[in-house]
Amino acid sequence: MIRIDCPSCGGRDEVEFAYRGDATVVRPAGDAGEEAFHDFVYRRANPRGWHVEWWYHQAGCRQFLKVVRHTMTHEVHAVARAGDRVEVPAAEHTGVPAAEHKGVPAA
Amino acid sequence: MTQMFRMASGGIVDRSRTIGFRFDGRAYQGHPGDTLASALLANGVRLVGRSFKLHRPRGIFAAGAEEPNALAELRTGARREPNTRMTQIELYDGLEAASQNRWPSLRWDLLSLNGLIAPLLSAGFYYKTFMWPASFWEKVYEPLIRRSAGLGRASREADPDRYDTMQAHCDVLVIGGGVAGLAAALVAGASGVRVMLCEQDFVLGAGLIGEDEAWRSAALERLAGMANVTLLARTNVFGAYDANVVGALERVADHVAEPGAFVPRQRYWTIRAGRVVHATGAYERFIAFPDNDRPGVMLAGAAATYVARYGVHPGRRALLFANNDAAYQSLFTMQDAGVTVAGVVDPRADSAAQAAARARGITVWSASQVVGTAGSLALSGARVARIGSAGTDTLVAADVLCVSGGINPAVQLATQSRTAVAWSERLASWVPGAALLPQFSAGAANGVTGLREAAADGARAGAGASGAPADALGLPEDRPSDVTVLPFWEVKGSGKAFVDIQDDVTADDIRLAAREGYKHIEHAKRYTTHTMGTDQGKSGGLVGAAVLAEARGERVQDVGMPTFRPFTSPVTWGAIAGTSIGKHFAPTRLSPLHEWHVKRGAVFMDAGQWVRPAYYPAPVDGDGWDSVLREARAARRGVAVCDVSTLGKIDVQGRDAAVFLDRLYTNTFSNLPVGRARYGLMLREDGIVFDDGTTSRLAEDHFFVTTTTANAGPVMQHMEFYLQTVWPDLDVTLASVTDQWAAMSIAGPKARATIERIIEGLDVSNEAFGFMAVADATVKGCPVRVFRISFSGELAYEIATPAGHAQTVWNAVLEAGEAFKIEPYGVEALGLLRIEKGHVTGAELNGQTTAADVGLEKMFKKRGDFVGKVLSQRPGLTDPSRPRLVGVRPVMRGDQLRAGMHLVESGTTHSLGWMTAVTRAVELEGWIGLAMLRDGVARIGSRMQAASPLHGALVDVEIVSPHFVDPENARVRV
Amino acid sequence: MRYSGLRLFAEALRGNSGWKPAWRDVAPQKSYDVIIIGGGGHGLSTAYYLAKEHGITNVAVLEKGPIGLGNTGRNTTIVRSNYLLPQNHFFYEKALSLWEGLEQDLNYNAMVSQRGVINLFHAEGTRNAAVRRGNAMLLDGIDAELLDKEQIRALCPLVDVDNARFPVLGGLMQRRGGTARHDAVAWGFARAADQRGVDIIQNCEVTGIDVEGGVVTGVRTTRGRIGAKKIGLAVAGNTSRLAQMAGLEVPIESHVLQAFVSEGVKPLVDQVITFGAGHFYISQSDKGGLVFGGGLDGWNTYAQRGNLPVVDHVWSAGIAMMPSLSRLRGLRQWGGVMDMSFDGSPIISKTPIGGLYMTAGWCYGGFKATPGSGWCHAWTIAQDAPHKLNEAFRLDRFRTGHLLDERGNGPFPWMQ
Repeated sequence: MIRIDCPSCGGRDEVEFAYRGDATVVRPAGDAGEEAFHDFVYRRANPRGWHVEWWYHQAGCRQFLKVVRHTMTHEVHAVARAGDRVEVPAAEHTGVPAAEHKGVPAA
Repeated sequence: MTQMFRMASGGIVDRSRTIGFRFDGRAYQGHPGDTLASALLANGVRLVGRSFKLHRPRGIFAAGAEEPNALAELRTGARREPNTRMTQIELYDGLEAASQNRWPSLRWDLLSLNGLIAPLLSAGFYYKTFMWPASFWEKVYEPLIRRSAGLGRASREADPDRYDTMQAHCDVLVIGGGVAGLAAALVAGASGVRVMLCEQDFVLGAGLIGEDEAWRSAALERLAGMANVTLLARTNVFGAYDANVVGALERVADHVAEPGAFVPRQRYWTIRAGRVVHATGAYERFIAFPDNDRPGVMLAGAAATYVARYGVHPGRRALLFANNDAAYQSLFTMQDAGVTVAGVVDPRADSAAQAAARARGITVWSASQVVGTAGSLALSGARVARIGSAGTDTLVAADVLCVSGGINPAVQLATQSRTAVAWSERLASWVPGAALLPQFSAGAANGVTGLREAAADGARAGAGASGAPADALGLPEDRPSDVTVLPFWEVKGSGKAFVDIQDDVTADDIRLAAREGYKHIEHAKRYTTHTMGTDQGKSGGLVGAAVLAEARGERVQDVGMPTFRPFTSPVTWGAIAGTSIGKHFAPTRLSPLHEWHVKRGAVFMDAGQWVRPAYYPAPVDGDGWDSVLREARAARRGVAVCDVSTLGKIDVQGRDAAVFLDRLYTNTFSNLPVGRARYGLMLREDGIVFDDGTTSRLAEDHFFVTTTTANAGPVMQHMEFYLQTVWPDLDVTLASVTDQWAAMSIAGPKARATIERIIEGLDVSNEAFGFMAVADATVKGCPVRVFRISFSGELAYEIATPAGHAQTVWNAVLEAGEAFKIEPYGVEALGLLRIEKGHVTGAELNGQTTAADVGLEKMFKKRGDFVGKVLSQRPGLTDPSRPRLVGVRPVMRGDQLRAGMHLVESGTTHSLGWMTAVTRAVELEGWIGLAMLRDGVARIGSRMQAASPLHGALVDVEIVSPHFVDPENARVRV
Repeated sequence: MRYSGLRLFAEALRGNSGWKPAWRDVAPQKSYDVIIIGGGGHGLSTAYYLAKEHGITNVAVLEKGPIGLGNTGRNTTIVRSNYLLPQNHFFYEKALSLWEGLEQDLNYNAMVSQRGVINLFHAEGTRNAAVRRGNAMLLDGIDAELLDKEQIRALCPLVDVDNARFPVLGGLMQRRGGTARHDAVAWGFARAADQRGVDIIQNCEVTGIDVEGGVVTGVRTTRGRIGAKKIGLAVAGNTSRLAQMAGLEVPIESHVLQAFVSEGVKPLVDQVITFGAGHFYISQSDKGGLVFGGGLDGWNTYAQRGNLPVVDHVWSAGIAMMPSLSRLRGLRQWGGVMDMSFDGSPIISKTPIGGLYMTAGWCYGGFKATPGSGWCHAWTIAQDAPHKLNEAFRLDRFRTGHLLDERGNGPFPWMQ
């Protein structure tokens, strides 16, 4: 069970959220052209490791949250609001068990 | 005489009460506290099942979850459960169980003849034959294999019992209620944190029975007195998942004949734990030797359990075959309880326990092994030989052969939490390494054995998990118990030496797999089915791995082990479904007018989770079509009203609301005047149509968006995504108001005349309130919003009102329309009207179509960005030959059209398009339909064929405009 | 060594001592004409068909662990070709026709069992979609049958036709669909490829792909560098990572799909049946276990394990479809990492890099494609051009908009 520590609502099960994919891709300006929009929609790093991703708290505060999660361990390293910056750990594993983590405050 | 193997005293069965049960139709007696296995042993029943492939006779082998043989069909009729372990079935009065996988009877099993051709049935034999002729697989070979495979028979009836689910949180979860788990829970509980303890057995601290009973009762009493501690017996943690969340299954009422009123049979717990203590114990493993499966061969610890816990002699004369001192304690327990001891066979030259045994007068064959067993349906003796001595062996009479090859700590749950395992030379087994999650292993699960040591280890883990001191806990008394083993896995000889007793996998099978190149442990497992039975190789997995290691010329620890996947023990399907069964599988969403529809006798249909009226039968109607046509005619010629409350509704407010909608929709909303509505089309970013609906401007900074019923949720998420993550600078607030507003569409030439009678505070004349006008008003004092919009193509008004007023407003409309013979119309008539009109719905906007495909390319604004604009211009999406929306009519007006027909040139089978929706029409004769057709516009006026080979139907059709009725859209404007 | 009933008998008489390894355990040579990365069903079948159909035998299959233990050994063993879009159903029909003769071709019994695949539908809209699909199949020469609810009741007596939350209206059946023994597919292709001279190299993880002047020259592995004129990727679940070694970012995300097997029981479910009102499908293995699954967990992952929410949904859907399963017990749960493409359809294609090819993006439909994927991938590698059957499965279709969105879910892999 992925547990997400929502900044508004507290620690919740993944079932309250809708996943919305890679949060590192940025929608280009409207005149940026087909290539840029192709990359926005289709091109993905799909890392085996830390992944910054959107989770929509559909059954909670309805906020899009930016979550830093590891795609092998499923450890959630950080949960932030949509506009906040998040830090991606350099190491494969932070060494701190998942359940120890609290959402990191907005940077 | 019954229960001839029951001791006069000892154990925790309640001898003051006798309960009756049946096994294979025969009546027996046992006591409360018995399992079916212990009660059968008490009655001298040895033969309890047949093996999977060779149908060899099998007896009770273990005393718990690791049991491979003693599987029964428990209960009868709708409550029959196959493959239930007799070692875990609590005896209750009237219990009925039957052996399985045998015919015609357990003693005389026809398929035991398989034993004669066993060499043919070697590992993987089925991969090498049954290939000729090809058609014989499904007709001959497979049915034979399927019938002889399988274990017990499932019930085919609905389950009469109920199940429950629980969501739980705790600070410390202790898994396992043995001595280590109890100690951990005592220490953690004393610290005041929230503790849960799950134990799969129906008693806690079972290992202390006959050892330190005082410590056990004191511990249980203290735990029962702690309000912060929840003790769950009969509860198996079946899997460990991410973030210290575990699934557990509590057998609430399996120990009674039927659950009582309002009592679930089982309860599925999802437990979110801060910290977890794995005190899951260990499983004793056996040794592979020829005919090690004969009824009477039993794990040593299990034999002692039957004596100490159940007061049952598992046999009259016991022989022990063990490579470790701890197993001798099992034999001593039996000897102390009056079982005659035939001796001990030990591959080791000497040990402390060997000396202790000799001191007890027990014969010890040291440096020896069991090379075979004797007996037919039950053990009569074992052949013992000195290791290395050729030929000569001694037949030792015994009716129970206790086997111990050491113990395997139960590391399943720890490894599921990604804890690596390490090899213990002392145990010749895997023990848990450092945990990655906040978890602790304790007791035998941690490779720490002996009651005292295990309790201390449990206390340490409980302290670590709760931050409390561990030293205050008194420790139980125990006897010397050294599990250090001489690694000893297999005795080679003639006869089958099983490494998986349930699936009939022998050491030779493992060697054959290795010889054929299936050398990796996972390959060998899959090729031979080793460890794939219901016991998951708890007592034989490592034995097979050791045989494989030898075949590979490597050490056991280098061969590794198969992944311990969930579940630790099989999990009842219905328990996971819990209460989400039958009509409660999914939520049912109802319009606020639902009760009225029911009273009116509507026929309902599912629309996603919504239940909507399909049509309203009337006495004059011959069939459903009559109703639908009558309702649609009312809308075309008089007036009709439809409940459209299910449409998605989103309230959009804020300074930048108009800009936001401009960016979301292909068309423009910023130039929409207040008090007007506009049809809008929304794309996904990949350029495909996402949704459509009307949006009204209620104020400069306030819009009311409607979506299709199916897309209400997805559109809301889509809007939030763009608002929050792409354009967070926009001042916009969104609220889903689908359930807050009821809505009804009043359609037909008499629509205005109808609502004029009830609308207060609004002039609804064409001049004052033209097509696409929007305004607030009241009806019978209820606030309403009136929209002059039309889906039917007729003069129409949609009236929305807060859901609580829905019935009042609906009644007012019906009353006002009475003069015009107003009819309610359902979803079917709604569909008829829209098809006649050529309006698109989800049947056309199915996630595969572009705006141009459905003739809406003109809705693209010329300037400015909107979602999907750029990628909609890719060549694959602008290809003019893409299928395009057209209308279809049969040449012979009486011919029926069907949705899903394909359009082909006459006489060909090459599909050029397909019918998305069809209906009988009211404005035209016969059937009409909409279709997506390649080069559709160019084909208008031509003839084709509509084919449904599924129905054997082929209809000559003409391709026409999709707008069958009023293509100029004049009616909506009158 | 040829397998046959006679051989089995002869070996039984001499204690099964004469069986030879199914494939050779070999060390890598310095270079190969073609290297296939990935020793699952798709990689092994690619190698087999390169040898058999194109006479290219200087081929190595590199597998980071033991063969056949990725998705080949983790799927729910269904074979079928009941697809809507012609580009899909013609391809899968080729695969199904290869399945139909596979055992004789490979001399290995993969237990292809054409027991029928039934897709239930519960509402008018989904019925219409099923009719459209079935007709598309029939018009293109692929078998399909529409069943009404009485036929469903007769064929699948355990299905709750009437009283469910979503009563059954009927079903679309493909009788030629069914199941196959997944492990045997990998082993059979390995053995047959090996017999044609292909080197199957296990425990050989690729750590880099060498590209010079836009053309591949070889791979770096945990067992040293190996030269190659051409390289085919058959590493579903890890395509992104391998493609990145060659400098490509592909429209694929990795997601976990769970599967389950129950305890073995006597014959109970005779077809493959899919639920139409929730994510659930089921069949029964020849050993007796009910094999079942559902949808994705729905977030990017490379871990071969899933979580409880999907267990809850899948098992509930199972009871909704067949209430009498309630007292049976699930035995094992596992997960496989899917290569989720952005339109739900596969990629068998050349790439912008010379000599680099891939069979990828299989979403959760890869097993049934196994022989077809290998056949088309081999063709594409051998001819340096796609076969007609896989020309729509181009990598560049996301740029051109020639999408193959079978279900209309859009560019959201977690929803496919």
